Amino acid sequence: MTPPIFVADSISKKFVDGRPLQALLPVSFQIEAGEIVCLVGASGSGKSTLLRIMGGLMASDGGAMWFAGQPHRAPNPAIGFVFQKTNLMPWRTVLQNILLPIEVQQKKVKSVDQDRARALLGAMGLDGFEEAYPRQLSGGMNQRVVLARTLLQQPRLLLMDEPFGQLDALTRERLNLELLRLQAAERMTIFMVTHSITEAVLLADRIFVLSERPGRLAEPVVVGLPRPRTLAMINTPAFGAVALRIRALIGEHGEREAEPTRSGF
Amino acid sequence: MLYNMHEQIELRQPASASWRRWLRWLGGYLAALVAVGGGVLLWGWLVEWQQYPPFILPSPARVWQKLGEMAFAGDLWRHIGATLAAIAGGLALGLGAAFSLGYLLGKHPRLERLTAPYIVASQSIPIVAIAPLVVIWLGSGLASKVAVTALITFFPALVATVVGIRSVDPDLVDLMRSLRATRGQILWKLELPAALPIVLGGLKLSVTLAVVGAVVGEFMGASAGLGYLINLGRGILDTPLMFVAIGLLVGIAQTLYLTVVLLESRLLRWQR
Ligand SMILES: Nc1ncnc2c1ncn2[C@@H]1O[C@H](COP(=O)(O)OP(=O)(O)O)[C@@H](O)[C@H]1O
Ligand SMILES: [Mg+2]
Repeated sequence: MTPPIFVADSISKKFVDGRPLQALLPVSFQIEAGEIVCLVGASGSGKSTLLRIMGGLMASDGGAMWFAGQPHRAPNPAIGFVFQKTNLMPWRTVLQNILLPIEVQQKKVKSVDQDRARALLGAMGLDGFEEAYPRQLSGGMNQRVVLARTLLQQPRLLLMDEPFGQLDALTRERLNLELLRLQAAERMTIFMVTHSITEAVLLADRIFVLSERPGRLAEPVVVGLPRPRTLAMINTPAFGAVALRIRALIGEHGEREAEPTRSGF
Repeated sequence: MLYNMHEQIELRQPASASWRRWLRWLGGYLAALVAVGGGVLLWGWLVEWQQYPPFILPSPARVWQKLGEMAFAGDLWRHIGATLAAIAGGLALGLGAAFSLGYLLGKHPRLERLTAPYIVASQSIPIVAIAPLVVIWLGSGLASKVAVTALITFFPALVATVVGIRSVDPDLVDLMRSLRATRGQILWKLELPAALPIVLGGLKLSVTLAVVGAVVGEFMGASAGLGYLINLGRGILDTPLMFVAIGLLVGIAQTLYLTVVLLESRLLRWQR
């Protein structure tokens, strides 16, 4: 078997500016190449913090990480990052936004890159919008632009922080299926934070559950549904069973946060 | 395609929009012309009716005639040139200092807290009160005019730069960092374009104040410039001369202001 593409060994975070806050207890895990892992957990449990550490945007308090067999600390072009908020530059057109990573890393955009960018936009249903500005597009289209920007770099590992959280259910499902198709075609590894259990079960090979603050990882849940996944699977008993297990795991750890009104026993 | 059925969006640029914008622009232009023309007519009529002597209120025709005489005598250009030089030098110095210091203070809030008392104090002293001091230090030549102009243009541009740099979306900073952008790339590709709308707003104020600065500088004993002409006209009761100088100053201020507006509409096209 090939070695895991990402290894985290006891990474943790305590915020000390202001009131000290243990956001993340030491967590350890591995991600295999080509797999999709979803991370679920109550809000404030440290999901974004974990992802930012994995992306090299924030230092861990201790422990170590390896990416593709190499020690990993700083941002790496082979790791794509899709943030919680749609972060396009409003003064750049769709095409210019998508080419930003290439501009930054290669200093010069070649016509090959232009062609690849246009092709990718076409594949994502965005042709004709190359010269539009982000504010002229809907939320779903903008998030697709963000996805295209990340994919143009052909990352080996894609870190996503609730990428579809602000979208309506229909758009979200559509983008989920699109992501699955792209992931299979590009043989990417995806690590995605989501607060939707359904989304996690639909996409993931394995699901990590982070307990409420301070975050601690439960034993990963193996989803075990066949691929390709379809929306019809959502209504099958097997899907329901996995969703129930996740819910139970979150409940076990995060009951107080999930149901703040219940007091006593 | 799978999506487009549900996510039909219109680009907010119907075909007639540019046409309509052009009409609106023309309308605004005509309105300004009518306003100015009406004002001049009213002024002429007032002089006619009240029979003011020219040293109280000269007629528009009188002022126009004076302008012609001065333009042909050749002296006018030297004065316009002197004032423009003070404005240009003052803007270059004041804006250069404001942009660089503003960038620094925008990036380092602690530094801002340290310098804020000085910056605010420098602003609460009226420029006319410092100008004589500046003349003592720098003499009555171009240097002191440039310095006074720089002082007055500095503050609005500084504040705008600080606010502009602070307004940079931290998520975009994260994005640039995740792309391993250099400091220079972050400056050119993110911070400058992000701060630009606010900086241009401050610039509008600064350029109009620059005219005030140059005139105040010239009041303090200069030997050329439109401010000097106003002073001269007051001394010899040549009111038409003063009107010519004031009219030219208004023209310079308008031109500077409109230049920034034009810059805005060029550079901030993405906002519309
Ligand atoms: N830069 C920071 N400084 C201080 N506290 C922070 C910072 N970032 C996040 N936190 C806190 O850490 C906890 C975990 O945050 P986060 O990782 O964003 O949670 P999640 O993404 O699971 O909602 C929260 O209580 C949050 O307020
Ligand atoms: Mg989060």
